[in-house]
Amino acid sequence: MKFGVIVFPGSNCDHDAYHVISKHVGQPVDFIWHRDTDLSTYDAVIIPGGFSYGDYLRAGALARFSPVMNSVKEFAAKGNLVLGICNGFQILCEAGLLPGALIRNRELHFICDYVNVRVQDTNTPFTHDLKTGSVLRMPIAHAEGNYVCDDATLAELQREQRIIFRYCDLNGQISDNANPNGSRDNIAGICSRERNVLGLMPHPERACEDLLGSSDGRELFRSLAGALAAAA
Amino acid sequence: MKAKVYVTLKPSVLDPQGKAIKHAVELLGFNAVSDIRKGKYFEIAIDGSRSADDARADAEKLARDVLSNPIIEDFRVEIEQ
Repeated sequence: MKFGVIVFPGSNCDHDAYHVISKHVGQPVDFIWHRDTDLSTYDAVIIPGGFSYGDYLRAGALARFSPVMNSVKEFAAKGNLVLGICNGFQILCEAGLLPGALIRNRELHFICDYVNVRVQDTNTPFTHDLKTGSVLRMPIAHAEGNYVCDDATLAELQREQRIIFRYCDLNGQISDNANPNGSRDNIAGICSRERNVLGLMPHPERACEDLLGSSDGRELFRSLAGALAAAA
Repeated sequence: MKAKVYVTLKPSVLDPQGKAIKHAVELLGFNAVSDIRKGKYFEIAIDGSRSADDARADAEKLARDVLSNPIIEDFRVEIEQ
């Protein structure tokens, strides 16, 4: 199984994702420059965090027009796995691969902190090894992580159980106090209708080593690798 | 020819930056200001050989596809000959 990490001008978590795939998942991984368009040799693609195009216009808005994104759309349409982390989530929303949008945090601050998220649904290739209701501790680092969508979209996400992670307290309770950025319904991560595209604001790739404060993110990558192995 | 594009947050979308600006304005004593919403403004130079209608169509397509995110924003286009 082979992973690709897409690199835009301004991506800055690309090496973290690469490190986790090579060291903790133990699988081959390439960097994919945003002008490349051939994804045919990959089984999963990660759109990493960072500030693609300096967040000019809107976070993720300009990355959507990079040549690689047409290939990512085709890649996803074939059912392949796409994981968007932080800026990657913003890009997936701007590109229309996930519904909704991420706007400025409720309190305006750039937030760099650990948060708790509840695993809301395990019926995805990214979460099938996790337990529904379990709490993961992962860092966030964003100014635009406030998830918004209209009522119809929220109802659809709920009905189709596509809300995968929600901000919660230590005990897994969902509350406004546990919501760092004002996201609607405490949404921290959602998946596509076909469940093969996942976007989330917290950084699982920065939570894979106890030395760095948490290794809870490893379970997500273990799930992902397990799903690919089972499909092979 | 110049196209002016105004991009504004939809009324239903929270605007924390606008709120912060309003707070500063209140500190200056402008108590009659009841609300401030922040938006974006673009000036687009368009080749003079295009008709005003075509230039408007160009600018509207740009505004819809690139300059705004229709999920959270509205836009308005003005053409200046």
